[in-house]
Order: sequence, then structure tokens, then C-alpha cells
Amino acid sequence: MSALLRVQELTAGYGAAPVLHGVDLTVPAGTILAVLGANGAGKTTLLRTLSGLLRPTHGRIRYDGTDLRATPVEQMVRLGIAHVPEGRGVVTELTVDENLRLGGLWRRDRADARRALTEVYDLFEPLARRRHHPGHQLSGGERQMLALGRALVGRPRLLLLDEPSLGLAPRVTAQIMALLRTLRDTTGLTVLLVEQNVRSALSVADQGVVMSLGRIVARDDAASLRADADLRHVYLGF
Amino acid sequence: MTGRTWLRHLAFLLPAAVAVLALTYLLPPFRTYQLATVGAYLCVTAGLTVLTGLNGQLSLGHGALMATGAYTLALTQNALAGRGQWTLLVSTAAAVVVTTAVGAVIGCAAARLRGPYLAGLTLAVAVVVPSVTSTFESVFNSDQGLSVALDPPPLALGATFPYERWQAWLSWAGALLTLFLLANLVRGRFGRNLRAVRDDEAAARLAGISVARTQVSAFVVSAACAGLGGALFAVLAQSVSPGAFPLTLSLFLLMAVVIGGLGSLTGAVCGAVLLVALPAATHSLTDAVHVSPAVAQRLEGNLPLAVFGVVLIVVMLALPGGLASLGRTLRRERPDP
Repeated sequence: MSALLRVQELTAGYGAAPVLHGVDLTVPAGTILAVLGANGAGKTTLLRTLSGLLRPTHGRIRYDGTDLRATPVEQMVRLGIAHVPEGRGVVTELTVDENLRLGGLWRRDRADARRALTEVYDLFEPLARRRHHPGHQLSGGERQMLALGRALVGRPRLLLLDEPSLGLAPRVTAQIMALLRTLRDTTGLTVLLVEQNVRSALSVADQGVVMSLGRIVARDDAASLRADADLRHVYLGF
Repeated sequence: MTGRTWLRHLAFLLPAAVAVLALTYLLPPFRTYQLATVGAYLCVTAGLTVLTGLNGQLSLGHGALMATGAYTLALTQNALAGRGQWTLLVSTAAAVVVTTAVGAVIGCAAARLRGPYLAGLTLAVAVVVPSVTSTFESVFNSDQGLSVALDPPPLALGATFPYERWQAWLSWAGALLTLFLLANLVRGRFGRNLRAVRDDEAAARLAGISVARTQVSAFVVSAACAGLGGALFAVLAQSVSPGAFPLTLSLFLLMAVVIGGLGSLTGAVCGAVLLVALPAATHSLTDAVHVSPAVAQRLEGNLPLAVFGVVLIVVMLALPGGLASLGRTLRRERPDP
């Protein structure tokens, strides 16, 4: 299996204080990688650096053979990288429909963009019901669906998902996890999944990494991570 | 954008054009001149509401952009004087082009600035541009300004055709064209990008929208409208001078679009009407009340600003969405049967 994303010695942060201290990470194509760790471990910062919202001070990011360091954020989506930021990513003054269309604006294949839109409505039935409501009227769970739906309209190859379970009912979380697995199997989607909900993340992921204080401290198959009692106790707290 | 939206906007536009045409025949000359002024203001407020309302970029410098358009028209028109009616079209086009270019430069700087810093930059533009006229006195003739050599209305319209009616036609042709183009523009993809960038820059970028490019385009479009409005002002006044474009003009423009309803073209129409109607109303008020000439003179300059301020406060309290949201608010507040 070839690596879709290869990160080497990545250092990034806000102002003078680095949050990531030399992160090395390889994500094989068509797999789901869970990024776990306590609050402040640098999980969100890692995703923000990968999607270009934050620029690394050191290190390399190679995606599908190209260097991403100088790529503007708005180009990422054209390369097939979709970032669903934590609890955000919904334009509150636009309607659900407009938000979803936003996700496909850049695409040249208009017919397929429309098809992708229909698919998202089929996947998330609540969105279809609230199609013409502005984003600020949506519940937290609906916003999360909308943010994810908008990413999917662009038919990404790499999905950077930040805390998709935030504010969602356990049943909806389970649906989203199942959806990720289906997309991986049918379209070869690669996912970087940041989650506080370790159990549900490891239930869907192929592999997992554990971050602590801006470093990756463990990497293993999801099943082994689930079974590693010490690791769970020290870093994941259950 | 579909062909249907396009046609729907045209269906709004044609009755409006007929109404304006009828008004120019019904109103007395001075009222016709005021109508023409509304048209010129409308170009500017429509462009400003797209920039500030839909894209969230505050501009305190649109008066200066109007001045740019007005002076360009005056200089071009005077250089081409006496060659026929077509020169007006050329000089208006020149005014729009030059103002668009200036807007692009300001827009590039503005795209790097947010909030109070953007307000500061555009404020600086509003202050600097009129003073350029004294720096290059030989071209702009300092405070005296320039007169604009305009041809009389085409002879085909008859020898006694009132000049005010001709001015109103010119200015409303510009205003309706501006409204039509902007309505089509903001209904489609461009408008959606503008609003996405206004609400959440990170989300817009993650959806593949270039924030800087969108902000500069908004400024360019808005500046083009202001340039056209300024050019029409020069045509109406038949002269240009820095005194016609003070800082308060920029503030009035901004207040007008806020009172009308930010981001709404209907609101821009309300704002343009207010810009003409409120000063006129305060003027007739000071005429009606008998005060000493000294007090009257002091009121003359300041009362419209005060009235505008009060109207702004009242409208914001009663109708946060501006005058354009009046119909919607009334409908919502009517109790269900």
C-alpha cells in the first residue's frame, strides 16, 4: 500500500510557542487513521497544519508526491484534501443548500457536482428537510452533518475530520463512523480522524496514533491499541 | 445563475424604468433634478451595500471614489468638448475604468486589513483624495474645481426639451443598469462567495474560495459603481470641486445603506432616496421655522447630519434589518388567525 500522506519532522504552532514538535506520520491510501490524545496534545493543530490553515515552521508535508508547504488553503480542496474543522465550517448566514453548493463550487464537472449533492442529501436526511434554512438555525448535530456533507460534495481523497462526534447523539456518531468505513471501502477514501471518543474512533479506524504534548508517542493497529491497557490508562484515560 | 433569474430581474427593471420615465414628465423641474440625484446616489449605495453588506468590508472612502469618477469625467469631457453626444459615453466609461483601477489598488490593501484597520484605511482615502486637487492645482484647479462642458439634450428630442429631464434619464439609465448587473451578480456564485467570505473566512477557504481574490473583486465592483455615480454627479452639477465630496459624504453614504438595509439592493434604493429626501426635508423645516439668519445658517450644515443620526438610531432600534426588511417584519408580526 502506497502512502497518500507523508509528514516529516513537522513543527508548527501559534506565534513563538510551537505546539507540534517534530511529528512524523505516514498515512497509507485507503485507510482510516485515528489520531488520539488528551486535550492540548496537538491533534487539532496537526489537522490545521495539514490543511494549510496554519503554516509549519519546520518539516515537510508530502501529499500524493507533491509538497504542500506552499499550497494555498483554497487549492487544497482541488487536490482532494477536505478539512472539516472542529465544531465550525458552516457558514451561518448561508442556507444548508448554499453551504453544500459551496463545497462543489470549484469543480469543473458540474454534472458530477450535482450528483454528489444529491448523494449527500440521501446520506443526511435531516439536511434535506432543512435545505432552505440558514446555517445558524441548525442544531449542533445538523451543523456537523452539514460540515461533513460539504466536504463530501467535493469528493475528497483525503478527509481531515476534527471531532465529528462533538455534540452528536451516539446513534448519529455510529452512523458517521459506518459511513466513513463505507466510503473507505467503496471510493478508497483516506481519513485522518481526530476524536476524543476513543472507543468509537478505534472501532472504525485501521490504525491509530496517540499524541501527547505535540509528539506522537504510540502508533499501532486499532485493535492492538484497544487492547493495550497501559497506553489506554496513561494517555487516553479509561 | 439560471436564465430565469435574469429574466425576473428584467421584469422588475422594465416597470421601474417606465415609472421613472413617467415621473420625469409629471414632476416639476426641481423635483426632476432631485430624482436625477437619487439615481446618481443609487449607483453608489448599491455598490456600497454589496461591499459592506454582503462582503463585510467597511468603506468610509466611497465619497473619494465618487470624486475620482467625477474628476475623470470632467477632464475627459472637457478634452473632447463639442464633438457630439457620444463623448459623454466615452467620458463616463473612462470614469468607471479609472475608478475601478483605483478601487483595485485600495482593494488589494484592504484585503489585508480587518475591522477598524480597514475603516482607518478607507477613511484615509476619503481625506487624501480631495486634497490631491490642491496638490496638482494646474490639472484640478484646487478648491474652485472644474466646470464640465456638456452638450444640450439631443435635438431629436425637441428644442424645448427640459435639461433636468435629460439629466434624470441619463442618471437613471446608469442606476438601473447598475442595479440590473448587481442583482444578477449577487444572486449567483459571486454573491455566495461574498457572503461565505464575510461570515467565515476559514470555512470559505476550506471550500476552495480565495478570500483575498473575493475581497478585491468586491472592492473593484463597488468602486466601479461609485465611479459611475460620481460621473453622474458631475453631469448633474455640470461642475466638480473637492467641496462636493467631503468626508461627511462618505459617512452619509454608509449611513444610508445601513438605514436602508445592509446587503439589500432594495435597501440601497431606500438609502438613495433618503440621501436626497432627508436634507431637503430639513431644509424646508428650517425655512418654515422663523429663526435668526445666523442660527439658520448654522443649522443648514449640521441639521441633516443630526437628522440622519437620529433616523439611524430609530431605524436600528425598530428595524435592525433596515427599511428593506419592513415588509418582512410586518408579515411576521401579524398574529396568526
